[in-house]
Amino acid sequence: MSLVLDILTIMAICAGAFFFFAGTVGLLRFPDALSRLHALTKADNLGLGLVVLGLLPRTGSLFASLKLVAVWALIQLAGATAAQLIARAARRKGPAP
Amino acid sequence: MSVLQALDIGLAALVLAVAVWTIFAREAFAAVVGYVAYGLLLSIVWVRLFAVDVALTEAAIGSGVTGVLLIGAAARLREAEMAAADEQPSEPQRFWASFLCVLVTLALAGVVLSLPDPAPTLAPEAAQKLAGTGLGNPITAVLIAFRSFDTMLEKVVLVLAVVGVWSLAPDRYWGGAPGAPRAARPESTLAFLAQLLPPFGILIGIHIFWVGADEPGGAFQGGAILAAMWMITMMARLTEAPPVSSIWLRLALIAGPAVFLATGVAGVAMASGFFAYPAGFAKPLILFIEAFMTLSIAVTLPMLVAGPPRRLPRR
Amino acid sequence: MSAPTLAGLIGAALVGLGLYGLITNPQPLRKILAFNLIGSGVFLLFGIIARKGAAAGFVADPVPQAMVITGIVVAFSASALAIALVLRLFQETGRVTLRPDASAGPPANGADT
Repeated sequence: MSLVLDILTIMAICAGAFFFFAGTVGLLRFPDALSRLHALTKADNLGLGLVVLGLLPRTGSLFASLKLVAVWALIQLAGATAAQLIARAARRKGPAP
Repeated sequence: MSVLQALDIGLAALVLAVAVWTIFAREAFAAVVGYVAYGLLLSIVWVRLFAVDVALTEAAIGSGVTGVLLIGAAARLREAEMAAADEQPSEPQRFWASFLCVLVTLALAGVVLSLPDPAPTLAPEAAQKLAGTGLGNPITAVLIAFRSFDTMLEKVVLVLAVVGVWSLAPDRYWGGAPGAPRAARPESTLAFLAQLLPPFGILIGIHIFWVGADEPGGAFQGGAILAAMWMITMMARLTEAPPVSSIWLRLALIAGPAVFLATGVAGVAMASGFFAYPAGFAKPLILFIEAFMTLSIAVTLPMLVAGPPRRLPRR
Repeated sequence: MSAPTLAGLIGAALVGLGLYGLITNPQPLRKILAFNLIGSGVFLLFGIIARKGAAAGFVADPVPQAMVITGIVVAFSASALAIALVLRLFQETGRVTLRPDASAGPPANGADT
């Protein structure tokens, strides 16, 4: 059983790291603010979610697992709000020449 | 080379790279964003040094609240940036500055590499006296029990900073309120966050303050989270900062150091001396002091970020 | 090279870097940033002293850690006061420069005393 959980942890964290990597590549390579936001929010939601999923079997107690999920929910909330605000500011500034 | 060593080296390289960018970035705003990222990376370095309380404080106050302050200032000073271009130091000045800085760095690195081993430490003494305080977290014990005078003076420093910031107001605004007034139509996204987050944030802040007696946490970290919740409602313009002449605001600001000092003085009468706690009653007293400290910090940090009063006082 | 030694060397480098930024950047806001960098480098040096002092069942000596927590809060209050001063300077003179200047421009929004 613990072997299965270990494999789940490794696979989930690797997948999460891949999404973070993809988000960073998008941040560096995309031409304008809106598409970069698109790449970053994918990293936030999916990447962090997979990392949290991978860490869940390793916590000792249910309370710690709930705390991890709460961390993920809070970061989603903050990230989504920040992305909205940045997108609004970018749209107000208008497209770069 | 083990995985942890690779992580350490990667983290160190990242911290240095972001610090270099903070110093050499062209715009002030870019430098400030770099500083916030640097603060968060530094929190991870603190966790690697097994100082979790310091990591929490660095993330909350060192990088979080300082970042809010710096971003606000950088946004307001954007126009003034171009004017300072003619003051750039000349090449010989830069050369001698970098020579001096390399000298300082090498001297400090030499000190780091020649630290005595085994290192002198106060940990055994702290471990001995920890049982007397009834706490489980040695850092809270050091802050509130062993070096309580330092911590009380630090709270006084916070009050002094608020007095200094408020005194920068023009005369006619004295007694008014800092920051922007409440908006009739707050912007929807930020208002959504400011309505959803504070209930959880307040719960988490109080939890971290309470848990700091036995686990990493404490008054500073919990107070910083509560301060952040108030700041976000002010930033979303759902509430406005109170006028600086309001009594409850001033009482809340001084409550922390006042209760701390009163307990210390009461120790002369009821325990063995100044800032001594009566035996067996230490932990409730420490939590009592920490509660007022948390309140003070939660009120002081937003007032420092809001700045001097900017509106006329209401009659 | 152990983690504390590496962190200590990074702290030394940060102090040097911050000092360079403090000396060469003419704008006050960048100087405040550089000053914070110096501060965090010094705190890292405290941190490695704490880690090396691990004994009696603690993973790190608690006294330097408490000093660093105090230092972070005090550094924040100093930064807050410094930034309030810079903003007031900008409000009064319309420019941010530390150079004593007889030819300062007119105040940004009237003389505010």
